[in-house]
Amino acid sequence: MKRYNEDAKLVPVPSTNIIPERDVDKSPILECRHLGIDFGGLTAVDEFNMAIGRTEIAGLIGPNGAGKTTVFNLLTKVYQPTRGTILLGGMDTAGMNTVQVNHAGIARTFQNIRLFSKLTVMENVLIGLHSSMKYRLPTAILRSPAYWRQEKGARERALELLSIFDMQDLAEHEAGSLPYGAQRRLEIVRALGTNPSLLLLDEPAAGMNPSETAELMENIVKIRDTFQIAVMLIEHDMSLVMNICEGICVLNFGRIIAKGTAKDIQNNPEVIKAYLGTRKEG
Amino acid sequence: MSVSKRRAILSMPARYAINGVLMILLVVCLQALTASGALTGYYTKILILVGINIILAVSLNVATGYLGQLPLGHAGFMAVGGYTSGIFLKSVDVGQASGGQYVFYVIAAIVLSGIVAAVFGILIGIPALRLKGDYLAIITLGFGEIIRVVITNIDSVLGFDFTYGASGLKRIPKVTNVLNVALCIILTCLVIHMVMKSRHGRAILSIRENEIAAESCGVNTTYYKVMAFTISAFFAGVAGCLYAGNLGSLQPGGFGFMKSIEILVMVVLGGMGSMLGSILSAGVLTVLPEALRGFSEYRMVVYSAVLILMMIFKPTGLLGDYDFSLSRILERIGIGRKPQKKEAAK
Repeated sequence: MKRYNEDAKLVPVPSTNIIPERDVDKSPILECRHLGIDFGGLTAVDEFNMAIGRTEIAGLIGPNGAGKTTVFNLLTKVYQPTRGTILLGGMDTAGMNTVQVNHAGIARTFQNIRLFSKLTVMENVLIGLHSSMKYRLPTAILRSPAYWRQEKGARERALELLSIFDMQDLAEHEAGSLPYGAQRRLEIVRALGTNPSLLLLDEPAAGMNPSETAELMENIVKIRDTFQIAVMLIEHDMSLVMNICEGICVLNFGRIIAKGTAKDIQNNPEVIKAYLGTRKEG
Repeated sequence: MSVSKRRAILSMPARYAINGVLMILLVVCLQALTASGALTGYYTKILILVGINIILAVSLNVATGYLGQLPLGHAGFMAVGGYTSGIFLKSVDVGQASGGQYVFYVIAAIVLSGIVAAVFGILIGIPALRLKGDYLAIITLGFGEIIRVVITNIDSVLGFDFTYGASGLKRIPKVTNVLNVALCIILTCLVIHMVMKSRHGRAILSIRENEIAAESCGVNTTYYKVMAFTISAFFAGVAGCLYAGNLGSLQPGGFGFMKSIEILVMVVLGGMGSMLGSILSAGVLTVLPEALRGFSEYRMVVYSAVLILMMIFKPTGLLGDYDFSLSRILERIGIGRKPQKKEAAK
C-alpha cells in the first residue's frame, strides 16, 4: 500500500465541500479526485470530486439513475474505477479489492438488504467482527484459551453494538425473520462491527415510517458522535438529508451538479431543475 | 423479557463432558460388540461401510451445505486418499509390524492420505472456486474424472508400479476395523464442528448466505472457499484410506462420477447444512440397498422411489438445516444452571 504522492496535491480539486470546523486541521478521511467509470460506451460516473471530513456526515443525493450507488460501489471497489483516485485517509486505494478496502476502513450497507438471513442476529454481527478476531484455524479446532478469550470479547462487543439500536434482546433471532426496519438497523450494526472510519449508508431510511426515520436520524448522529467516524449516506428522504448532513453533494447523470450545505442546495437552480425539470419556454 | 432468557444454561465444560462421555460410551459399545463376536462378518462389513459413507457425507456437507457450492468430484479426493494409503501401507509392510508400530503406521496412513487429498483440494480448489453454481459442478466433475483417468494410466505412461492401472491395487493390508472407523467419524465430526463454531466457520457460512455482503464485512471469500474445500477434501481422503483398508484392493473404476453422485445424494437427502442429517442419510442409504437384497429385482426401484418421494415431500432434505445439539435439548428440559435474577430481568 503506497502513500499517495504529496506532489499530486498541486492538482486543483474543485471542492467547495464544507468540512466541519472540528476537522479543519486534519486531512479528510475520504478524497475522490476526478473519479469516473465507464460501462462499455456508457459513462456512469465522471469527474467525481469530493472530500469528507473525519467526523462529517455527508449526503449524496440525486434523481434515480444518477449514479449514486455506483459511487458507493467505486468506493468499496465492487467496481474498479476507470479513471481518478480515491484517497482514504491520505492513502491511495488503487489496486485494492473490496476486502482490503474494508480492512482499510470503509464499511457499507446495501440498498437492497443483504443480511445473512438464515443466521442469527448475533452471528451476523460476529461476521462483521470477523477481522477483529485474530485466532487461526488450529486455535479454533483445539479450543485454546485464545479462542475463548476472543470469542467472549467479540460477543460482548456485538451486544454493545446491538444496544445502539436497542436490539440486544433480538440477538438469538433469525436475521431474515426480523421486520424490515430492524433488518436495516442490523445492517448498520454489522457494518459498524468492522470498525470503519467511514460508514457508507445506501438509503438507510428506505421503507421506514416518519417516526422510524426520525429515530434513525438521531441514531446516525449518535453513531458519529460515539465512534467519531465519518458517515456518507445516499437518501431520498429530504428531511433526513437536510437535517443531519453537513455537506451535501448532488449528482445527476453521473456528474456533480451542486455541492455545499443544505441551504446552498435548496436554493440551487441546477438542483431544482434536475429534480423538478424546467417549464417549457414559449 | 424473552423466553430464551429464562432457559437454563449449561456451562461449556459440562457440555464437553456430556458429549465426551457419550462418545467414549459409543466406542466402548462398538468395541464390545465386535470383540464378543455378536456381530457377524457381514454386519461388521456393513457397519464399516456405513461409517465410511458417514465420513464422506459429512465432509462433502462442508462444501455443499456450509459453503453452498456444488462440487461433483468428491470421489476423486477419496481415490487420492485411498491410493495414497494403499501404496503407503504396502511399502511399509504393516503385516510384520509390532503392536505399537502397527498403530503408528495406521495413524500415519490415515493422516497422510488426508493431507495428500487436501493438497489436491487446494490445487483444484484455487482455479475451480473462481466459478459458481453449474460451472463449478462441471469443472469439479472434470477434475474428479481426471484423477480417475490419471490413476488408471499413470503406470503405463511413466513405467512405474504404483497404481497397477486398470487391474487395480491389490493386497493392501486390511487395517480398517470398527474401532478405527468409529474414531475417525468422531474426529471428523468434532473437527468440523469446532471449525464451524468459530470465526472461520461463520465466514464460510456468510459466503453461502451472501457473498457480496461477506466481502464487504472483510471476509476474504477466496481464502475461505479454498479452506472449506480443503477441509472437505482432507476428510474425503481419510474416508478413502479407510475404504482401501477395508476392501484390501482398489480399482480406479470404483471412484467414477457415480460415486460422487452417490455421496451428494446422501448430503442432499439428509439436508444441506445439517451434520446429523448427513450422518442419518448416509446410514439409511447404505443399509437400504442391503436390507432390500431379498427383493433383488426391485431393489434399485425402491431405492430410487425413496429418493423421489423424499424430494417431493421434503425438498430441504430429512432435517433441513437443523443441527442436533444434545446440550440444547438438555437446556430446554431445564437441566443446567438457571440464569441469575439480574440477567433474567433485562
